[in-house]
Amino acid sequence: MGTATLTKDPYNLIITGVGGQGNVLASRVLGNLLSDKGFSITIGETFGASQRGGSVMSHMRISAGESWSPQIPKGQADMVVALEPIEALRVLHTYGHPGVKVISNTRSIYPVGVISGDSKYPSMDELQKTIEGLTEQAWFINATDAAMELGNPIFGNIMMVGALAKTGVLPIDRDGFEKVMLRTMGEKKTPVNLKAFDMGAEMIN
Amino acid sequence: MSQLYEGKKGEKVLFMGNQAIARGALEAGVSVAAGYPGTPSSEIIENLADVSKDANMYVEWSTNEKIAVEVAAAASFAGLRSICVMKQNGVNVASDFLLHLVLSGTRGGMVLIPCDDPGALSSINEGEARQFARLLEIPLVEAGDFQEAKDMLKWAFELSEEIQNLVMFRSVTRLSHASGSVELGEIPQTEPKAQFNYKGFILDPVEGPVVSVPVEYRHGLQQEKLKKAEALFEESPFNTYAGPENPEVLVITSSGATLYSREAIHLCNAKDKVGLLKLGTTFPLPTKLIAKHLKTTDKILVVEEVLPFMEENLKVLAQELAPEVGQKTFYGKRSGNIPQTGELNPDLVAAALAGILGQTYAPQDQEYQTKAAQQAFFNAPVRDLTFCPGCPHRASFWSIHNVLAADNRDGFVCGDIGCYSMAFLPCGFSSLKTLHAMGSGTGVASGFGKLGQFGLDQPVVSVCGDSTFFHSGMPALVNAIHHKSDITMVILDNSGTGMTGFQSHPGLPVDAQGNESPALDIPTICRALGATVEVCDPFYPHKTQQTFHKLLEMPGVKVLIMRQICALSPEKKGKKQYEMSVDETICMGENCGCNKLCTRVFRCPGLRWDEEKKTATIDEVICAGCGMCAAICPSGAITRKEVA
Repeated sequence: MGTATLTKDPYNLIITGVGGQGNVLASRVLGNLLSDKGFSITIGETFGASQRGGSVMSHMRISAGESWSPQIPKGQADMVVALEPIEALRVLHTYGHPGVKVISNTRSIYPVGVISGDSKYPSMDELQKTIEGLTEQAWFINATDAAMELGNPIFGNIMMVGALAKTGVLPIDRDGFEKVMLRTMGEKKTPVNLKAFDMGAEMIN
Repeated sequence: MSQLYEGKKGEKVLFMGNQAIARGALEAGVSVAAGYPGTPSSEIIENLADVSKDANMYVEWSTNEKIAVEVAAAASFAGLRSICVMKQNGVNVASDFLLHLVLSGTRGGMVLIPCDDPGALSSINEGEARQFARLLEIPLVEAGDFQEAKDMLKWAFELSEEIQNLVMFRSVTRLSHASGSVELGEIPQTEPKAQFNYKGFILDPVEGPVVSVPVEYRHGLQQEKLKKAEALFEESPFNTYAGPENPEVLVITSSGATLYSREAIHLCNAKDKVGLLKLGTTFPLPTKLIAKHLKTTDKILVVEEVLPFMEENLKVLAQELAPEVGQKTFYGKRSGNIPQTGELNPDLVAAALAGILGQTYAPQDQEYQTKAAQQAFFNAPVRDLTFCPGCPHRASFWSIHNVLAADNRDGFVCGDIGCYSMAFLPCGFSSLKTLHAMGSGTGVASGFGKLGQFGLDQPVVSVCGDSTFFHSGMPALVNAIHHKSDITMVILDNSGTGMTGFQSHPGLPVDAQGNESPALDIPTICRALGATVEVCDPFYPHKTQQTFHKLLEMPGVKVLIMRQICALSPEKKGKKQYEMSVDETICMGENCGCNKLCTRVFRCPGLRWDEEKKTATIDEVICAGCGMCAAICPSGAITRKEVA
């Protein structure tokens, strides 16, 4: 193990979003990066049927010691990274506590019930206030719009990884990220992902 | 090249459970792997197919699970190691062959890997394969973490060769689809030679023919093999104990529930009074090992998913062992401490354990929980499952639903397994009225189509995917044709096994290993069988509806192939065919118009209703550019422009 240490062990991270947002890839990248640093990682994921327009959630347990359950116990998330804002709120309902932190994308993806007019999507102001009231610290970034500048909304997931790195809650560094990208995505795709990582980091004050 | 094959001995990697299993197969020197896609099992075959050429393996996506087991069995009969992989439902499909195979026995090591889905996260039942181990009278082993997922598979092959019979290695969603740290072992560099020996005496297990007769003799032999396995289980390194010498409560667990149980003991802060016996060998149970642990305590909590399989087997053993170990109190599913449906989690196990210990377990701060629940109720609208933007199924069911509604004879659709199962929901206009196993839509429809004799005069329609057609749809279609049933079978051909990740099937020009393969043409097959066949593109709803209506009016068996590639397929994903836009001056969603037909009824995720402008809009980020909404807009307000 290197010099990296955890602020809490196990550190419980939830990455949430909607099927198709690249949630699973973000969790794999983070998992690989932290695994490279010698931490013991367990990731639990819901996908399969849930990827069809449903909520998708990855639970990540990061520990210097043993393997933990792929499901985080209720009320024990330390950080929630949300690719879609109402998904942050949904996760807080089950896994939140007064000390939890959140980084949320501000770009909404309407549930089909909202599209059909059966339910209402809250205003972003209201949603931000609600999330702030349920967290110790919350960051809101428009990762999707920034990703569109890079040519594809899918880069929103890597921007969230960059943003997470910048908050400093976990030992995530740019070099480690680059190493994982080179290994898993290859040389051709690494530069644009590094750019997305940097853009995400810049959005955190 | 991936770490799966390139990773060196001693290297520590983060692997998904299914990758760990695939690596285990490589380290065991498996030559042949066959399976049928099904969540959460699919990545095992996929990963092996990717490295098959380097690893000198033969890997195939078989037409169905029964054939997958047969293909793997042939390798075993020829002396090679083989695996067959499927989701739990597949074991049901394969069970006829399996019941014979366990009598004939195997030669090269052979392991059946079913992946169960407790909680039915990606299934429409939560049946489990463990019950089959008892039915088939074969050894069952279950990994308790990611490292074991790799290591135990290798060990399962040694066991299979030792007893010359099939071994079941069961996984669950939370192992197969979770990831954890795995230390790699060596991949052997061997060149196994296949040879099927059959010239020996009929009872010779190595040189004779491979048959299940004489049944009683072979059944007895099979039971001896099972006894031998039990003896080996007594010494298995995969049965472990952690905890005090005489625990107040002994937790007995296995598989994914191991990680929940370990965490639950931590959550209850009860390491000094609760012991954890983790069993890797769950059928048959190792009697001596169980006796040793039962002696140490009076209270036993059994933690497993889903039904009380281990619990019941343990109780039988405890009764036999009672004179030696004394009377025990069991907690688990029968006592109501652990739920008997759905998947477990650390909280459920902690609550059960706390109850037995006389403690209370309150996972969340009550005040916070109440506040968060209220906020989520008001501000986090439910996200129902739906077809993806640009999904051809939405278009297909739009036409099916509209024609049946206009026909006005209470016609209905019988469905089966695939993304299109969701058509019982509003995203498929609630079209499906029966939904069961693979291929069952057409089988059930075949039955409905013969009920005219008893006065049934409703049009009968079935839907079936292209992969499902080959898996089990064909025999149902044959049945309908031979018996002159009156049905319209709609084949939703999206050119791949869409739900599980575009695995190849016999209708495609490529196989699992990427080799060019003869593609079997579905329309030609259906015509040859004697059906009236039409092919259409569901993204042209007017033509599709005309054709479907014409077929619906005809007697006998008609097949309508609705052909359009899945929006998520590698060749289509991220490439818009059309740039969509809404002319706000023409849109009449309100004010005596269509009453928001596109958002309220068609419900594509790529559309939004703008409450201020009172018009439909396109969500640029979500829209897949299929053009279908332009085809359904009654006022022509939605327009499409071909992307150059």
